[in-house]
Amino acid sequence: MNYTIHFSQVVEYIPYLIGGAWISLQVAFLAFCGGMVIGLFGAMAKTFGGVIIRRVVDAYVSFITNTPQLVQIYFLYFALPEAGIVLDSYEAVLLGMTLNAGGYLTEIQRAGFLSVRRSELEAAETLGMNLMQQVRYVILPHIMKVLFPSLSNLYILMTLGTSMAAIFGLEELTGRALNINAETFRSIEVFSLTAVLYFFVTVAASLTLLLVGRVFFRVKGKVF
Amino acid sequence: MWDRVAEELPRFFTYYNVVFFLKAMFTTFLLSLIGCVLGSILGGLLAVIKITKSKLLWPLRAVALVYVEFFRRIPFLVTLLLIFFFFQAFGLEVSVFTVALVSVWVIATAFIAEIVRSGLEAVPTPQWEAAEVMNFNLLQTLATVILPQAWKVILPPAFSFFVLFIKDTALASQIGVVELTYSAKVLNNKGFSAALAFGVVLLLYYILSYPLAKFGAWMEMKLEISKYRSM
Amino acid sequence: MKYLSIDQCDAYYGKLKVLDCVSLDIEKGDVLSLIGPSGSGKSTLLRVLVGLNKPAAGRILLEGEEIDYQNKRSLKKARDRFAIVFQQYNLFQNMTALKNVTIAPVKIQRRPKKEVEAEAVELLKKVGLGEKLKSYPDELSGGQQQRVAIARALALKPEILLLDEVTSALDPELINEVLDTIRLLTQETRTMIIVSHEMGFVREVSSKVAFMDAGCILEVGEPRLIMENPDTDRAREFMTKILHH
Repeated sequence: MNYTIHFSQVVEYIPYLIGGAWISLQVAFLAFCGGMVIGLFGAMAKTFGGVIIRRVVDAYVSFITNTPQLVQIYFLYFALPEAGIVLDSYEAVLLGMTLNAGGYLTEIQRAGFLSVRRSELEAAETLGMNLMQQVRYVILPHIMKVLFPSLSNLYILMTLGTSMAAIFGLEELTGRALNINAETFRSIEVFSLTAVLYFFVTVAASLTLLLVGRVFFRVKGKVF
Repeated sequence: MWDRVAEELPRFFTYYNVVFFLKAMFTTFLLSLIGCVLGSILGGLLAVIKITKSKLLWPLRAVALVYVEFFRRIPFLVTLLLIFFFFQAFGLEVSVFTVALVSVWVIATAFIAEIVRSGLEAVPTPQWEAAEVMNFNLLQTLATVILPQAWKVILPPAFSFFVLFIKDTALASQIGVVELTYSAKVLNNKGFSAALAFGVVLLLYYILSYPLAKFGAWMEMKLEISKYRSM
Repeated sequence: MKYLSIDQCDAYYGKLKVLDCVSLDIEKGDVLSLIGPSGSGKSTLLRVLVGLNKPAAGRILLEGEEIDYQNKRSLKKARDRFAIVFQQYNLFQNMTALKNVTIAPVKIQRRPKKEVEAEAVELLKKVGLGEKLKSYPDELSGGQQQRVAIARALALKPEILLLDEVTSALDPELINEVLDTIRLLTQETRTMIIVSHEMGFVREVSSKVAFMDAGCILEVGEPRLIMENPDTDRAREFMTKILHH
């Protein structure tokens, strides 16, 4: 092997990388929130809407789940300008990830809608709850508990998915790793470190979600 | 945009380009397929290692655990780059396809190991115990009793992973593998409208993924039914 | 020297002590029945004998030789000499009745296939399932599955046959067919340990009865003695409750 490992040269960049990790988390978070909104509308459309709107939502979900997120973002970044809409890297990545998340979250939330049983709603009605109260005390907690595993799983995947933003020049974790690599050429050290950081980021995210789930929604689960 | 697309359409779909796309599509398909098949073999092995109980084997179990947990929590792009640079560091001259294939293999191993382990654990303990008291060793138990029962629980998620990974292979374009995403970039760089190039590629991914996904769902349904009927 | 000697064995299920200083001696040819309330450790004792639960203390000796349950070879040799039939039959779901019976003798004991198959057919006929050789477990009733399980155990030609509450999971109508099969076995010279709640049957076929409660063996002796005139209070209590069934 004509390469010797020198971690010392890379260690000084750790804070820089951690900053990148933070950006990754932010992007994932924003895209997730946006995706939840899309998902909510999509799920409602599929549950309550007419035939046409249902077909449209189906097409959207089908398209998103059968094509790569990378190419979706490529399209937004390179093809939209030809129609006059120019997005910078950050905008394209965020929009792409949001639309992508929206597709998956539509399906997830639809499953959540379906899981609420009439009997629960009727029981709540007889207890004198109006619609808002029903939603708050019966529907929402139930849905959150049922969907929690799928939601946290998707969130973790999205966090990992932010790494493709590097391809568009965004300086999140992977992007910064590529920068350091260009400067120091310590490729294996940099990317090993990056991998380890992603590992810890996802473990931290899983644990946080687990905590949130247990405290707010009484969900049980495990990380490993 | 649409005018440009319409104008370029005939020039885009030349025989040469179509063949180019089909080859790229095939590369995408193969990358995921071979990677996942190899991943199943190694992943299955890791799963078996994980369920052994002998004290002597604990180092192997530890390695298996770390491997599986690690590679399931890292982006494919990072794994790809890591493996790319590993090959480089060792001075091994391999094609970028090989690098990408090894990357798919490494990740598939981790994910499928979990799927297989789950499947093995789905077989009720009494089946294991009955074999154990009749002096079956682990390999015999797995081969004659457990796997014939577990494969129905293993196959659907494993197949589903394969279909899913077809989308992840898009990242292999970044190291120069001539798969579907790369082919879009090539044509865009040649001067064709990005909307056309990427649009067509999106369509091609859809054509590849949708039928496979449907097949996977059908297979899952059939296996679910056959659980309640004699084999 | 006793044939099978269990000497002051303890066993735990997690933190719960399920066997407490259990001692028992069995002669060759004995049909020993273990009776007692649920949770008294009867099944656990059988599981300990075949190594599915490890004894935390005490010794188990087969023909004077101690079985070392931590040692693979010792355990393997011991398992060669026992055969156990479980409450839930535990037939291999992916094999026919015939295959279930032949697989261990062929694959593990390495006996010739033709010979084993011929014997297996005879055994299945003996337990009344000659017509069901090619049936899968999910095509058979509980009673039929249990009889296949018994045939499977017999095919191993064990020195000691263990029957763990083999009728407890069956519908009442199916119990008798299994008891009939076991009755046949007790008439042949064979060392058996039976855990059962079927008191009438126990009284009829056993050469010895042991009463267990809370992980201990409280009484051992002749069936009629133990069951009609027990010494200990617990046994008395149990017998009155049972007999008023």
